[in-house]
Amino acid sequence: MSIDTNVGAEPRTHAGGPAHSSAESRQWTARVRHAAESAFPPDQLLPDRQPAYMASWIYVFGVLTVVSLAWVIITGCILAIMGPTWWHVSSTGHFVNSLHLWSVEAFFFFMVIHLWGKFFMAAWRGNRRLTWATGVISFLVSVAAAFTGYVSQTNFDSQWISTQAKDGINSTGAGAFWNVLNFGQMLMWHIVLLPIGIALIAGLHVLLVRRRGIVPPFEVAEHHTEPVADAAAAAGEPA
Amino acid sequence: MSPDTKKPRRFKPDRDVKEWKGAYVPYDILKEAFVAFLAVAVLIVLLAVVFSSPDDPAITLKTWSVNSPVDFAQTAITELDGSSGTASYGPPYNSTPDAAQHIGFFEPAQWFGVHQPIDTAQDFVIGPLRTLPNQPVTQAALNVYQGASAAQQAAWTTAYEKAVANATDVNGRLHVPAGRYGPVGVIIGSLTAMSQTGGLDGTLLSEGGFYNTNYTKPLLFLADGTYLADKAGAQHLQGTQWGMMNETGNFPGQAWLWLYTMWYQVYPMNQSTNADLEVWGIMMILSVGLIFLPFIPGLRSIPRWTRVYKLIWRRHYRELAAAT
Amino acid sequence: MVLGVLLAALINLGGTGKYFHWGFIQISAANLVIIVLMIVVFVLAILLPFPKRKGDRQ
Repeated sequence: MSIDTNVGAEPRTHAGGPAHSSAESRQWTARVRHAAESAFPPDQLLPDRQPAYMASWIYVFGVLTVVSLAWVIITGCILAIMGPTWWHVSSTGHFVNSLHLWSVEAFFFFMVIHLWGKFFMAAWRGNRRLTWATGVISFLVSVAAAFTGYVSQTNFDSQWISTQAKDGINSTGAGAFWNVLNFGQMLMWHIVLLPIGIALIAGLHVLLVRRRGIVPPFEVAEHHTEPVADAAAAAGEPA
Repeated sequence: MSPDTKKPRRFKPDRDVKEWKGAYVPYDILKEAFVAFLAVAVLIVLLAVVFSSPDDPAITLKTWSVNSPVDFAQTAITELDGSSGTASYGPPYNSTPDAAQHIGFFEPAQWFGVHQPIDTAQDFVIGPLRTLPNQPVTQAALNVYQGASAAQQAAWTTAYEKAVANATDVNGRLHVPAGRYGPVGVIIGSLTAMSQTGGLDGTLLSEGGFYNTNYTKPLLFLADGTYLADKAGAQHLQGTQWGMMNETGNFPGQAWLWLYTMWYQVYPMNQSTNADLEVWGIMMILSVGLIFLPFIPGLRSIPRWTRVYKLIWRRHYRELAAAT
Repeated sequence: MVLGVLLAALINLGGTGKYFHWGFIQISAANLVIIVLMIVVFVLAILLPFPKRKGDRQ
């Protein structure tokens, strides 16, 4: 597009460079792009290097959790193609259901090991508390998502789990509008609302890891008795 | 959020960290993710091929009443006389007084109220029977019952409950000893027969319309009996069996629910009528505690005290020691 | 009890579940295996040496 409408956008055809910097632009678009660029410079969003202390197998459990979630979603999508009762009448469907079940088991397996590792590294240090919090919330939302899956199986398991769980949910008052015996409602929470929730929270979690970086090790000399000029300065944050 | 005046903040090793100014090594995160993706694919295919997944078929009201007509009838009379679990549940199904769980004054189920209204006598018994055509005996019995006073109805249902406690199953047919229970014998007998044909499953569901996907009524009716619970108990799925964690057969279940189900096994929850709310309260507090762990002194020091990190970062510490 | 269709399962995990009782704890063999496996994998992940990389050091 080389139309020069002179409305304040960067004129690309001029040799002298942009007439207005995007930082000064009052546009929402420019301001959002600028904020995203400064929060996530490309080489921080997709880094090709990591700190040298990242040298342990415990570090692979985050990515194992994420790819297990990917397989939960992929197998769930295949089940969705044919509907919620397909797996009872088709051997292919039953196999896909098995893949879905085992990918959920793998997801929780890797996620909990990842949590243990991050706990023992005290990975919340250095302004990473939101990273920790989004990780815990991802776990809790995943438990809810798994639950809605179990009551969507349309078999004996669903009947028993839902009639039992109703007492817990009802006692909190949530049963007034979140009816675990309502298959249609539970299925839609399982395949629409909770996956979107998990994707958003887990996505935020991963972005925070990219933003803050992997937490450095504890210092060998563990005690700093004189106040550092600013703990924030030690953390390398801008003054 | 940076304060205008820079007051030196004491460095706390469990909260703060000196950011890394040292060496970096090449690390291909996308290749790592791709390898992990393939590895998990192989893992889940192997598990699916070797172990498959469980699929115990759903129980219908038909199978229940055919296999256990006595339990069905014993449940049905409690639905008619309002003494069943569902009928006396309280919110969200009905407003039975003092039924909602509470901790002190905190009674959220009561506050939210009845939003899934169920009248067990009408919804589970009388309504379905009223849909049957060409059943003059049943319709007449219903007319007599509904035309009687509340006291008379209670006398009949009480007498039937006593009698049906000694009922027998003769080749799948319900046989209830004689008693002064008026039209109630015909009503419950008809409902049992209707259920044995499969008609009750369909009728209960279609009370919500042709395309009803809400199984509240048939599930509550089913759960009021002992047939479903006995099948679950045989599979170690009941609450007192840590059932929340378990799956049918020898399949792994939901091991991540271990702490949630554990509270139900310990005092005072294991004897409390408010156990569900109490356990939810405990788990909410612990969950919030886990989210805010970085702010909790002592707990957030456990990683430093236990020194597992010395194993995780042993190469880093070795290189540091070699450099100094 | 009808177990449903466990198609092509090489190892049949249907049937009567195996459970262990220890004081007030009841746990299925399957869940116990999973939990023990998690602990073993966690310990191995921490103890097993990670491959060294040739870094470009700053």
